[in-house]
Amino acid sequence: MTTLKNSKGFWLSIVLALIFFGIMQFSISSGMLNPFYINTLMFIGINIMLATSLHLIIGITGQFSIGHAGFLAVGAYASAVMTMKLELPFIIAILAGGIIAAAAGMVIGIPSLRLKGDYLAIATLGFGEIVRIVLLNIEYVGGASGMQVSHLTTWPWVFACVMITVIVIRNFTNSTHGRACISVREDETAADAMGINTTYYKVAAFVIGAFFAGVAGSLYAHNFYIIQPSNFGFLKSFDILIFVVLGGLGSLSGSVLAAILLTIVTTFLQDYPETRMIIYSLVLILMMIFRPQGLMGTREISTLFTHKKTKGGKKDGSHNTVA
Amino acid sequence: MEATIPLLKVDSVGIRFGGLKAVSDVNVELFPGELVGLIGPNGAGKTTFFNLLTGVYVPTEGTIALNGENLKKQPPYKITRKGISRTFQNIRLFSELSVIDNVKVAYHSLAKHAIVSSIFRLSGHFSGEKDMDEKALEFLRIFNLDHFKDEKAKNLPYGQQRRLEIARALAANPKLLLLDEPAAGMNPHETKELMNLIAFIRKEFNLTVLLIEHDMSLVMGVCERIYVLDHGQLIAHGKPGEIRNDPKVIEAYLGEEVL
Repeated sequence: MTTLKNSKGFWLSIVLALIFFGIMQFSISSGMLNPFYINTLMFIGINIMLATSLHLIIGITGQFSIGHAGFLAVGAYASAVMTMKLELPFIIAILAGGIIAAAAGMVIGIPSLRLKGDYLAIATLGFGEIVRIVLLNIEYVGGASGMQVSHLTTWPWVFACVMITVIVIRNFTNSTHGRACISVREDETAADAMGINTTYYKVAAFVIGAFFAGVAGSLYAHNFYIIQPSNFGFLKSFDILIFVVLGGLGSLSGSVLAAILLTIVTTFLQDYPETRMIIYSLVLILMMIFRPQGLMGTREISTLFTHKKTKGGKKDGSHNTVA
Repeated sequence: MEATIPLLKVDSVGIRFGGLKAVSDVNVELFPGELVGLIGPNGAGKTTFFNLLTGVYVPTEGTIALNGENLKKQPPYKITRKGISRTFQNIRLFSELSVIDNVKVAYHSLAKHAIVSSIFRLSGHFSGEKDMDEKALEFLRIFNLDHFKDEKAKNLPYGQQRRLEIARALAANPKLLLLDEPAAGMNPHETKELMNLIAFIRKEFNLTVLLIEHDMSLVMGVCERIYVLDHGQLIAHGKPGEIRNDPKVIEAYLGEEVL
């Protein structure tokens, strides 16, 4: 009976999201929205993908990974090579970005997911830095001076990718596989004793998360004309981590909300370069003092308004503030 | 009883942690349908022994066989799927998950739908989840926990959490159920209920049960045979009456409690 209610909310949110897409698409093509806002919109989309993919790894599976920018970088560079060097279509580049990042996730995940807590965090941090330094030293992709990338990322691409990311992660989470991941987060020993192949699910979450970070990387690369290794330092990883923690560990809609809010905050603070970081940090500190469990705690928007679902709320949120 | 093949055969099993011999040379045989107790003073190695049986620790010596199949170096999740399931001394529920989801996690290994089917919401996903839902609810009914089904596990009263942990262990469809101090922290009334429950599930699910317990009335009352562990070694085994009068056991453990 709950599935019926959920699926109703699900379809409602899809419809709301499509309406939002239409409004945005219309305002962009009619020139109502200036490039600055369009860019913010793209940025929000990319950050939602990064936040939700990390949410699957940290919030659901409980594996504290802080090398997410590494997967973003792998996806960005892989896709840029596809379009710029091999001259393949953008869709292939997006998929390749995701798949190569997922492969990287598997290669990193299998050995390092034996580690727990702090040790895993350090290992993944190391991975992120290795990616950055390797890219810095490959002349083929431009080394430190970066790589020229043509602008191909458009609003329909971003929208489609965000929708797919959020739906796939939601569907994965609300299934026996998602429950297996949550059981690993809650108590790995008990999960093992209940017949859950814990390694498999940790790696699966890692690979799925890495895939979508890679897809986000493809969009990121083709949005800014140039990518440089310095864009993907560990500070970028922390930015993504902050979305997840601020949104509430274990809440998909929380990650989405936090990604939207913080992206907007950063964008508007660009007018005050001297005080930007201070205000941003202040927002985080206040947030952690007054809502240590994050914006949403472990709840989802769907539980707040029985029928409204994650994506509906999210789109409304960005709609009001951006447009 | 002696004529049948043992369900579980533990042959001179031991484990060392560095120089410390936590358990050594333990021989245990459990026959289908038996309810056997494992007792011993604190630190005797009872829980370590359970961890050896479930694959959490790999024995440094000896063999463990379930239905004649050697379990050596099998990871815990595979041992569970082969038919040994357990509860924990300190309750280990998935506390943020709902009561029914706790049981569903145990059903996971029986799920037929793959990750892909769930992600794309293929029909396999829906039938698989519905199947799990129904089975889990049926289980909760048996344990009288169905009216709590959407409650988070951590919000249940202590006694109910113990019940839920047993329900979850049973949902994994074991042949052998290991209960690690199931009555710990329960009041006499709850203990009595638990004894009835254990007797009931044993019949209903055709189980073999091995239980660690400190509550002597429970052990002496329900167990058909008892093994006594002290300092990592078996010092006695036999019927409750024999154990009660065994001087070595009295010296090591029972002392004033039973006499």
